[in-house]
Amino acid sequence: MAHSVPSTQVGPSEAKTRRDFLLYATSVTGAVGTALALWPFIHSMNPAADVLALSSSEIDLAPVAPGQAITVTWRGKPVFVRHRMPDEITAAQNVDFSTLPDPQKDEGRVQKQEWLILVGVCTHLGCVPLGQKTTDPRGDYNGWFCPCHGSHYDTSGRIRKGPAPLNLDVPPYVFTTDTTIRIG
Amino acid sequence: MTASNNAIVRWIDDRLPIFTLMRHSTSEYPTPKNLNYWWNFGSLAGFVLVVMILTGIFLAMNYTPHTAYAFESVERIMRDVNYGWLLRYLHMNGASMFFALVYIHLFRGMYYGSYKSPREVLWWIGIIIFICMMATAFMGYVLPWGQMSFWGATVITNLFSAVPLVGTEIVTWLWGGFSVDNPTLNRFFALHYLLPFAIFGLLFIHLWALHTVKSNNPLGIDIKGPQDSIPFHPYYTIKDLYGIGVFLLIYLFFVFFAPNFFGEPDNYIPANPMVTPPHIVPEWYFLPFYAILRAVPDKLFGVVLMFASILVLFVLPWLDTSKVRSARFRPIYKQLFWIFVLDCLILGWIGAKPPEGAYLVIGRIATIYYFAHFLILLPLTGWFEKPRPLPDSIGAPTVKR
Repeated sequence: MAHSVPSTQVGPSEAKTRRDFLLYATSVTGAVGTALALWPFIHSMNPAADVLALSSSEIDLAPVAPGQAITVTWRGKPVFVRHRMPDEITAAQNVDFSTLPDPQKDEGRVQKQEWLILVGVCTHLGCVPLGQKTTDPRGDYNGWFCPCHGSHYDTSGRIRKGPAPLNLDVPPYVFTTDTTIRIG
Repeated sequence: MTASNNAIVRWIDDRLPIFTLMRHSTSEYPTPKNLNYWWNFGSLAGFVLVVMILTGIFLAMNYTPHTAYAFESVERIMRDVNYGWLLRYLHMNGASMFFALVYIHLFRGMYYGSYKSPREVLWWIGIIIFICMMATAFMGYVLPWGQMSFWGATVITNLFSAVPLVGTEIVTWLWGGFSVDNPTLNRFFALHYLLPFAIFGLLFIHLWALHTVKSNNPLGIDIKGPQDSIPFHPYYTIKDLYGIGVFLLIYLFFVFFAPNFFGEPDNYIPANPMVTPPHIVPEWYFLPFYAILRAVPDKLFGVVLMFASILVLFVLPWLDTSKVRSARFRPIYKQLFWIFVLDCLILGWIGAKPPEGAYLVIGRIATIYYFAHFLILLPLTGWFEKPRPLPDSIGAPTVKR
């Protein structure tokens, strides 16, 4: 609306530039505003405050005898806690780790040798591997075996055979006492 | 008639003429060039419908339709869900805004005679949308399962117990039990989610009818030639966008600074089937109809009159016997229109007051006037009123000035 400018003074090219500027400015403002308005909708689908509040679990390890394993829940997922036998520790440490699909030292996966703590979710497509009970199949490496697509994990929870690309995750945890851990 | 110079656009358009349709209904749709700002409210209502559906979908992701969890899930939305408070306040206040816009849209149609031939079906679709909106809003209000939710649901569903012979059976059927309870809440949630999509579909039928008979305008005379119209796009798209900008300022003022302005504090008390709050009031947009209901001392007749107050709108195109559309050229009708608006406001005010003493008397007079306006005054005015001369064309008055 060139209200104060007589039409004779505005050439066609100049008018076009002004109009283009207004169009682009309006479009950009609208696009930015819409994007900003969409963010609350998108963010509302992220974990809510009460979900985030459930992000740590305390576990008492005292009742778990050597050779036993327990499964606890952390963030809705199973966490494997295995009290390893000396031979299991030796087996895990004596592998040439550089030959593994996801090379990691056993020492880098535990804080105390006898306690192995893992997120019990297969890194292939999210099933829970077997091997927590003594009667479960534990795969070719005496660790865990995922029945969904046949991934074998060793006594350090490392992938040895099968389609899974990575070792079982080690969750963040700390020993709050000698026999208590807090996960998360 | 090619849709575009773009080969891909043309390829699609030859198989599904969606681009042709879009062009016909936007840039080629001839719109009267004299539309004033009262014509913004239709597109505004459409905008709010989209906002309501969007916020509603995201709220439903966090809502639990169970009597034991509904209230707490809403409080969780308010406190724990990221921006949950914003989504809920947009949705709550959006409902009030939607009704405010639609009421203005409706009164606009009445003032300028937009319901008259050939726009009767367009008007009907609008009323059906309005009725669907009322059902949706009522059921949505039940979902937070507060005291007002519960007792509102009880009172409104009990309206159907006034039906002769099978009233009790109908109410039991509506409830899915012998009182408003979990089955009621579940079905209300299902229908509250469904109906807005029905409204969305009706909106397109509304637009289809509109684009067939073309928009009315403040002069109420037909488009006589190309000099009377301008393309909808870009002229009215930009005007509608401007309207949305102004509207957002008002809407968001309430959302951010007075989010519970339209609400009842009692609805933040969890539903208690054993105790009715001392003063039950529907949401403001139902108040005029509530006043009509309470004006009648007989249960069945009160309910009938309340429904009649909406259904009478369907026959409005034939009750108004005048051939002239716009109130600008109808000196008597113009005054009757404003008295009618005042009458509706009085009914709204009475609906919020206890049904006793002077309020009851005023409510009854206002109710009688409401129906007299449609059934007596409108037909008579059409016969006896002498309309002012109509301009020759939409362009004529502008040219004369």
